[in-house]
Amino acid sequence: MTKKLTIAASCTALACAGVLAMGLGSPAKAGLFGSDDKKGVSYETFTDMLHLVMASDREVYTKMVVGRLAAKEKVIKASEHFEDEKALPLPAQMFRFGSEKVSSKTDKFTYQLLSLWPINKQNAPRTDIEKKGLAFIAENKGEKPFYGEEELGGKKYFTAVYADVGVAAPCINCHNAHKDSPRTDFKMGEVMGGVVIRVPMN
Amino acid sequence: MRNKILWLVWVTATLAGGVAVAAVMYYGGDLRSVFLIGKTTSGHHQIEMACDACHTDMFGGIDALQKGCVTCHGDELKAANDSHPRSKFVDPRNADRVAVLDARYCVTCHREHQPGITNAMAVTLPTDYCALCHQDVAKNRPSHEGLAFDTCGNSGCHNFHDNRALYEDFLEKRHGEPDFKEILLVALSNWTPPADQPKPARKALAALDADAPADRRGALKHTADWALSGHAAAGVNCSGCHQPRKRTRPDEWVEAPGAKVCATCHTAEAKTFTEGKHGMRQRDGLWVSRKDDFLGLFEDKGLPPMTPALARIPMQDDAHATALTCNTCHGAHKYDVKFAQIEACESCHADDHTKAFRMSPHNALVDREASGDLPKGSGVTCATCHMPKHLVRDDYGTEKIFVTHNQNDNLRPNEKMIRTVCADCHGLRFTIDALADPALIKNNFKGKPAHHVESIDWVENRMRERARRQQQ
Ligand code: HEC
Repeated sequence: MTKKLTIAASCTALACAGVLAMGLGSPAKAGLFGSDDKKGVSYETFTDMLHLVMASDREVYTKMVVGRLAAKEKVIKASEHFEDEKALPLPAQMFRFGSEKVSSKTDKFTYQLLSLWPINKQNAPRTDIEKKGLAFIAENKGEKPFYGEEELGGKKYFTAVYADVGVAAPCINCHNAHKDSPRTDFKMGEVMGGVVIRVPMN
Repeated sequence: MRNKILWLVWVTATLAGGVAVAAVMYYGGDLRSVFLIGKTTSGHHQIEMACDACHTDMFGGIDALQKGCVTCHGDELKAANDSHPRSKFVDPRNADRVAVLDARYCVTCHREHQPGITNAMAVTLPTDYCALCHQDVAKNRPSHEGLAFDTCGNSGCHNFHDNRALYEDFLEKRHGEPDFKEILLVALSNWTPPADQPKPARKALAALDADAPADRRGALKHTADWALSGHAAAGVNCSGCHQPRKRTRPDEWVEAPGAKVCATCHTAEAKTFTEGKHGMRQRDGLWVSRKDDFLGLFEDKGLPPMTPALARIPMQDDAHATALTCNTCHGAHKYDVKFAQIEACESCHADDHTKAFRMSPHNALVDREASGDLPKGSGVTCATCHMPKHLVRDDYGTEKIFVTHNQNDNLRPNEKMIRTVCADCHGLRFTIDALADPALIKNNFKGKPAHHVESIDWVENRMRERARRQQQ
């Protein structure tokens, strides 16, 4: 009887120890940025991945929706005043709506679409890093992104700037023809602006 | 020593007594007005006794106030595509701007109870605040060179939040319109549902179909009025309003069904009613006292409906006590929309614009429509402009007409009226000029605008310039 009890007790203890060991042994939750265990994701990788999603969605919307339905099939227009004109939102507006949604849900990162030649003057660079970054990606023809750090409102940020390239005819045509565009000579494949992603550093 | 103790007891008792009296005054509701630190703005004065509508938490600071603002105004701002949303200012790239003007919070610009510094639209900043961020506007808009920064909002050109009314492309598209259009009809007045849209299967009812029990019938006139009303035509019987819970409580009879009952069918109308000056006191969640708040000493008490006596604009002397509910304008049983369109307004409002209506060209159209001289939809009533009809589609594409009951909706700025109303009959240039002419508004648009809004000329200049550049 006592033997049985002992066995039962040791089994229970063993099971508990096992669970405990699994708990302790599982990797510590990877700190996202710069954690000591080096298992976190670097700021660069983090913003690279975010940008990949943003840029892919943006290209898909421009080609599969705006390009196909507005430019090619001509069944609907894309317009800044899409509500009044019952039209498609512009790719830049889609991008901004997403960015505003994100900032209403998290303060872990922010992003926007800017340009040295903006149609909407609020999309001109404002901070030194934005100016540097946009100039850098334009010089490098979008081949590599720009990474930097800056202090804004007393907080430190990691700021990455990625080229926004004229990937489809509608990008070029619309921007070259727009009455508020400071440039009328954009060409396919050219850098038209940049996506700025900011991550607060702690 | 004994003196000291007595002093201590006295001071403590006085303090405790004071706090208790203040608490009773505050939580009791009726004496709350002594806590008002300054005259409330005309936007909020009606609900000033429901303190916690804005002061959502006594010790919550600015965030608690912000919560109050957003509870009532959040949806409205979203619908207006707010040009300066909070998201713009929580963005770190605008940190320097926030340091100048913390636009993350409503109260930065709209401080309540500050009558000395309150300007139009309840803005408590100096009226040239745009300059804080937009100093360089003339760089891209040479036409704006030298314009004073307190004129940005003139004629509805620019607004901090709602810029749906006017924008350059809109002016460009409509700059050449004549003062009067070819067809002079209020567009939605003759609306009928699309032929392929399924109609609700309801049988029209007549006086004999009335289902009120005999002992509840009341005056014969009630049944007669109902039988001629839209309710009867749409198959809504006595029980439809007087027995709102007929299925679960067949014996219940509601003598005077309130707005909640109206809202079960007229949902959008009832909702917008509580968003405007007429019905804002009846909005959900406005309390003068609550049972749970203070030892269960007081009852749950909301705000009674608005009356002209509380208004800050001129009202008819004999209407001061009239409580504003659905039936005030719509009269029970009869539901005469014609009465609600003009007479109902006149029975309370006594300002110049209202008093001038009967002599106005718009009213002449009402008369000519009534006499059969002009087709249906020619008349322009108070409601045509202040409670316009909207064509709405639900998520399944079903079309419906809805009459906004928020009389404020197209007055802030009044240029919002252009699309919803004026543009049906008038050209853009004429309309903007008229809406910017206070004397013309006062006499209810009798005559031609004496004011001219230049911005439409600037747009034309830019169009000409562009055409010239394109030719080169
Ligand atoms: C139908 C017209 C149209 C099309 C197509 C279009 N854009 Fe734009 N784009 C605009 C307008 C208008 C804005 C300004 C929108 C705003 O911020 O209000 C803008 C904004 C931008 C901006 C931000 C800077 C600025 O100019 O304000 C970039 C960068 C940009 N677009 C790049 C592109 C690229 C790349 C494409 C194709 C993937 C594209 N656009 C397609 C009209 C267009």
